[in-house]
Amino acid sequence: MTEAVIAFLAASLLFYVLFGGADFGAGILELFLDESTRREKQRLISKAMAPVWEANHVWLVLAVVIVFMGFPTVYTTITTALHIPVMALLIGIVGRGCAFTFRHYDAGPTDYSRVYSKVFMVSSLWSSFFIGIIAGACSLGRIENDASTFYAAYIVPWANPFCFFMGLFCCALFAMLAAVYLIGEAKDPDTKSVFRLYALRANIALIITGPLLFMSAELDNLPLVTLFFGNSWCLFCFTAATILLVPLWISLRRSGSPLISRILAASIVTLVLFGWYALQYPLAIRFNESARTDGISFFTAAAPEATMRALLAALVAGSLLIFPALAYLFKVFKWETLNEVGD
Amino acid sequence: MGSKSALRFEPAIIKCSRILVKESEAKQSSTPMDDLLAARLQMAFTLGFHIIFASIGIAMPFLMAASHRIFLKRGSDLHLRLTKAWSKGVAIFFAVGAVSGTALSFELGLLWPEFMKYAGPIIGMPFSWEGAAFFLEAIALGIYLYGWGRVPPKIHWWTGIVVGLSGVASAFFVICANSWMNNPSGFDWNEGSPINIDPWAAMFNEGAFLQGLHMVLAAFEAVGFGVAGLHALLYLRTKHDLHREALKISFVIGAVAAIAQPIVGDFTAKMTAQRQPLKLAAMEGLFETQRGAPLVIGGLPSQTERRVDYAIEIPKFLSFLAYGDFNAEVKGLLDFPEDEWPPVLIVHLAFQIMVGIGMLLAALGALGLLFLWRAPAAFLSKTFQSALILCTPLGFIAIEAGWCVTEVGRQPWIIYGLLKTSEAVTPRPGVLFTLITYAVLYTFLWLIVIFLMKRQVDLLHSDLNIRERPK
Repeated sequence: MTEAVIAFLAASLLFYVLFGGADFGAGILELFLDESTRREKQRLISKAMAPVWEANHVWLVLAVVIVFMGFPTVYTTITTALHIPVMALLIGIVGRGCAFTFRHYDAGPTDYSRVYSKVFMVSSLWSSFFIGIIAGACSLGRIENDASTFYAAYIVPWANPFCFFMGLFCCALFAMLAAVYLIGEAKDPDTKSVFRLYALRANIALIITGPLLFMSAELDNLPLVTLFFGNSWCLFCFTAATILLVPLWISLRRSGSPLISRILAASIVTLVLFGWYALQYPLAIRFNESARTDGISFFTAAAPEATMRALLAALVAGSLLIFPALAYLFKVFKWETLNEVGD
Repeated sequence: MGSKSALRFEPAIIKCSRILVKESEAKQSSTPMDDLLAARLQMAFTLGFHIIFASIGIAMPFLMAASHRIFLKRGSDLHLRLTKAWSKGVAIFFAVGAVSGTALSFELGLLWPEFMKYAGPIIGMPFSWEGAAFFLEAIALGIYLYGWGRVPPKIHWWTGIVVGLSGVASAFFVICANSWMNNPSGFDWNEGSPINIDPWAAMFNEGAFLQGLHMVLAAFEAVGFGVAGLHALLYLRTKHDLHREALKISFVIGAVAAIAQPIVGDFTAKMTAQRQPLKLAAMEGLFETQRGAPLVIGGLPSQTERRVDYAIEIPKFLSFLAYGDFNAEVKGLLDFPEDEWPPVLIVHLAFQIMVGIGMLLAALGALGLLFLWRAPAAFLSKTFQSALILCTPLGFIAIEAGWCVTEVGRQPWIIYGLLKTSEAVTPRPGVLFTLITYAVLYTFLWLIVIFLMKRQVDLLHSDLNIRERPK
């Protein structure tokens, strides 16, 4: 029962990263675009994302609901110990959600789209960074349930090099996804090649931040290397992800089919995420050696049987409703990105 | 919950509160009362914001779909434009409502970790259903907004309806959770923690259906009158057919809801009398338990003097309204320990405001429907239109007041009779800081949404080549 709920949680986080993450990434990319051609590419990005924007966003709500109902201790631990980064993330999400919609609809006589764009870009980077920080803090083990001082309770869990690099890694990952997806959305070869270039750059950023992540983990007393080699699933996922970078790189350099690049990029991200899952499982939040337990396990945090059954029923029924609708949405807007989108 | 079942819980409550008191004593140094107040204010502020956006998200898609339907039937360009204009409003409000709702789902944990720890397994289910409904709404909205010319017209119209229906469903689910806080059920307390959890029984607690219906009707009423008021203003200024049509559609929807609302409201009050007599006493400002209790209209209750000044009293009417019997006994505040009273003044005034507005809108709605049926000219007359303009914000004020009645009226409990709000608040210091952050953020959002709506109207007018007449 609990395993099935965990699987739903893992899936909704995965979809949030694959779809929502790409939306974050698009905002990050905009930051780095050349001023002179930024406007036109922003229009392309808006057009590509607008129909699926809200749907992509809801995966997070779903994940939050699962944790809240199924694993209440995990939920309260995260929202208390990581209060500050969670709030920072929320501010970012509110900012970009509004700015994106406003930019799309507020085409009035005087143009404020520059302001909206700025907010959208900055808050996309900001939010991605804090998503990484929160994920990092769950792995690092600095969360203490009975911390006595403000500093120990609310700052120590996340303000450290490892979480910082997790934040950067997350930004690079999202930007890579966005750039690769956008190649397929662009129509003219020039724009395509721009996004191809950015996809390559984001890849380089990934390759740089990845090892830094491992180094900073050791610095923060998280034996990531040991954990990594001790866990065959994790080892497999990360190795496979790294190997897949090669064909992605080739596909990007040779201007291969956008679809293949997309599949490769999505697979890499999926593998990275699965590697992280493998590292964590069955823990939701890892504690370091000084604590009495390894951390908060999904199984000890799980809500009573009846609740899990009800939650699972809701998830299965919800999926039966949502997946066909979602498939229709993507079929209408993403199958053929060639036609003009309405107003 | 009646006093009998409260008694049944007593030993468990004592145990539970002993544990919580111990915990809060340990945290005492970092949890002064101010933090509780700040957390409550932050909750009030963000929910007060969200409830308006959620209401618009519930009702507005139906207005849009109604106009769309007329367009499909008559092929009138006017209704097509109106549909598109309204759908843009829906999109903007949905986006802001969605992000503010996401923020809320985290905020509950940030501010009330103790509450969430107990409540999550019991009442998480309506939230998970709400998540599903919200998801469907987001998908349908995406298809609706961008589906012009890409989706077959019939399906396109239906996606609009799905947007509205999922909004209504979301509202019901969220209200299920809120109603559970008033009527906790579906579990037993044991050693200060819930056992024998039955999430279905918790979700379908006794209050859920009525409270949900009351809220959904309120949303239609507020949005119907709100939109009608705005278009009345624009109609008086421009005399354009588009505004006239918009006015009719929104008014009819608002008026029907407003006429149905007092009936549902009456049932809701009867339920409150059964399950939360203390709340009803505070709503009515009734201090002494009496047979044949009078209905107190208006007035200022004084908690220390234990009386209501400057009120109009209708003898025996409260007994009738609450129990259907002019001589029924209605429990007064003094029957309960004073430290369990909600702030009587706030609850009483909020209730008066809600009921007053409800009555006014129902009367105006009936009159307007009569005009539309028999005397269309009177409906479009300047006097009636001006009345509508004045009513623009009233429905929303009533929603806020009603929410205030149910939430402030439940104080000092967060789960009625079981867990006090002060015991559920976050141990984290510095809630004041998050309060300020949220307050600034949400105020700013408000301003920008108002500004955007103004610009949307300007945009529409420039599209239609309307020039506003000088006033």
